[in-house]
Amino acid sequence: MRPAVITPARVGIALCLVAPFVAMLWVGSYAKTDPALMGIPFFYWYQMLWVPISAVLTMIAYQLWRRDQRARRRGVAAE
Amino acid sequence: MAGTAMTATFLAVLAGASLLAVTARRLRPNDRLPSLEGWALADRSLGPLWTWVLLGGTIFTAYTFTAVPGLAYGNGAPAFFAVPYTVLVCPLVFVLLARLWTVARRHGYITVADFVRGRYGSAPLALVVALTGILATMPYLALQLLGIRAVLTAGDMYPRGATGDLVMVALFAGLAVATYRHGLRAPTVISALKAVAVFVSLTAVTWLVLVRLGGPGAVFEGAAQRLGSSALLLSPAHQPAYATLALGSALALLMYPHVLTAGFASDGSRTLRKTAVALPAWTGLLALFGFLGIAALAVGVRAPEGAAEAAVPMLVDRLMPGPLTGLVFGAITVGALVPAAVMSIAAATSFVRNVYVEYVHPTATPKRQVRVAKLVSLTAKVGAVAFVFGLRDQDAVNLQLLGGVWILQIFPAVAVGLYTRWLHPRALLAGWGVGMVAGTFLVVREGFSPIVPLGTAAGPLEIYVGLVALLLNLTVAVAGSVALERLRVPRGADLTDLPPRLTVRRRPETGANNP
Repeated sequence: MRPAVITPARVGIALCLVAPFVAMLWVGSYAKTDPALMGIPFFYWYQMLWVPISAVLTMIAYQLWRRDQRARRRGVAAE
Repeated sequence: MAGTAMTATFLAVLAGASLLAVTARRLRPNDRLPSLEGWALADRSLGPLWTWVLLGGTIFTAYTFTAVPGLAYGNGAPAFFAVPYTVLVCPLVFVLLARLWTVARRHGYITVADFVRGRYGSAPLALVVALTGILATMPYLALQLLGIRAVLTAGDMYPRGATGDLVMVALFAGLAVATYRHGLRAPTVISALKAVAVFVSLTAVTWLVLVRLGGPGAVFEGAAQRLGSSALLLSPAHQPAYATLALGSALALLMYPHVLTAGFASDGSRTLRKTAVALPAWTGLLALFGFLGIAALAVGVRAPEGAAEAAVPMLVDRLMPGPLTGLVFGAITVGALVPAAVMSIAAATSFVRNVYVEYVHPTATPKRQVRVAKLVSLTAKVGAVAFVFGLRDQDAVNLQLLGGVWILQIFPAVAVGLYTRWLHPRALLAGWGVGMVAGTFLVVREGFSPIVPLGTAAGPLEIYVGLVALLLNLTVAVAGSVALERLRVPRGADLTDLPPRLTVRRRPETGANNP
């Protein structure tokens, strides 16, 4: 039997990659001044914060993808 | 004031770029015979670091680095849509570009139209994809020259009249020669210098601005006094435009031939995914540029009427010591050369592969293909120069806006096609046509504004034109596919080994089916 198409790893990858879309396109959640950080309105620092967050999420997605690839290769070899 | 120190550093950066361009030949050399793959894609040999500098340097053009702060200077908060836009590009690179790379590599595709040709077996659809790409790239190429001009003007280094034009032509000619000879390897090596120069100079400038103005809080307060505090925040009415501009621009970006060319040049889909992880560093840079636009307001820089993109170069010129100013200006100028070169290569490659070989000279040898591509890339650059001198700056900006709307119309054929070929090629053609006409009409009707008000029950909803056109396009493509399927209109054969449909239960035999 072949490995399933939907694996926990792939769900994880999808979540990591979809999260920035939800956060960034939901503009209403961050179009405000408070709480300010060092005098920077929330609108600006929150978006800046998402730059490293998205990098971390993509990194997690990358690791999960690598693991998924290895698992698949093992699965095919076991067949 | 054009200080000597500034001019000296500026020229040093440019000289460095020229020297690097000469060494391009040594970047991953091989002794294969001349081929389009070698010239246009550097033999698909770039590792993660080179891919990161080239892809980042290509996506984040000099125009972006002057236009975004210009918009922030003129309009405040709406300019920052560039941050969500480029954040969203990273997951898209991870998924779409990596998958596209895999298909392209396996079948030797060099352009995205090659993929469409193979996937749908439809020559007209491939032609349309290629021409849309070329059409959308040309004004973008011209804008890079405007970016250079904005910098040179702000630094008072753009002499009036013919001399100034000559300076720009000379800059461009050097690049053209390097690109002609070494292909994509030339912008690749220059992009390394671009990355270093831009990252170093921008960090220094931001640091100095913060010190001079007394912290970020003071910057935002000062800007609020000039522009009004409401302009530094998005009103609820502006939010849909903000979100749709970010999404639409991100989807469009991945369809541009220059971005795809830079992506295809990497040595693996794994490399591209790794690159996607590090790409946000460039987004952070762009956000800093946006912040400098706000700072220019706070300082009270007065950019000339209708030339807001000069705001940040003027800020830098006013606040920074000469050598640093020269470094920033040099970085932006080199920053224009990288995407300009990649764009001319991408446009030329599309032309050769999908027009010349397909319709004019099907038996052209690889050597001849390269020769034609070189000439076309040269023509594209000459065209861009002529464009900038012949037309008003605003025309280039308007055309680039249209270009973004246009390029989005190939999204269904390309991105959807990566997962399923259920959409019928003729329906895709019809959808493309509807999207192009509707998008162009709406943009022109709104007086070249990217935003169109849609009347809804709750009042007008302002959203990005490109996305409206894309939705129309998709609707026509889906409805048309259903109809053509009913009528059993035949379609071309699929030459790729991608699964024909999106399967959920079973893993397809071939290809990675990543979410």
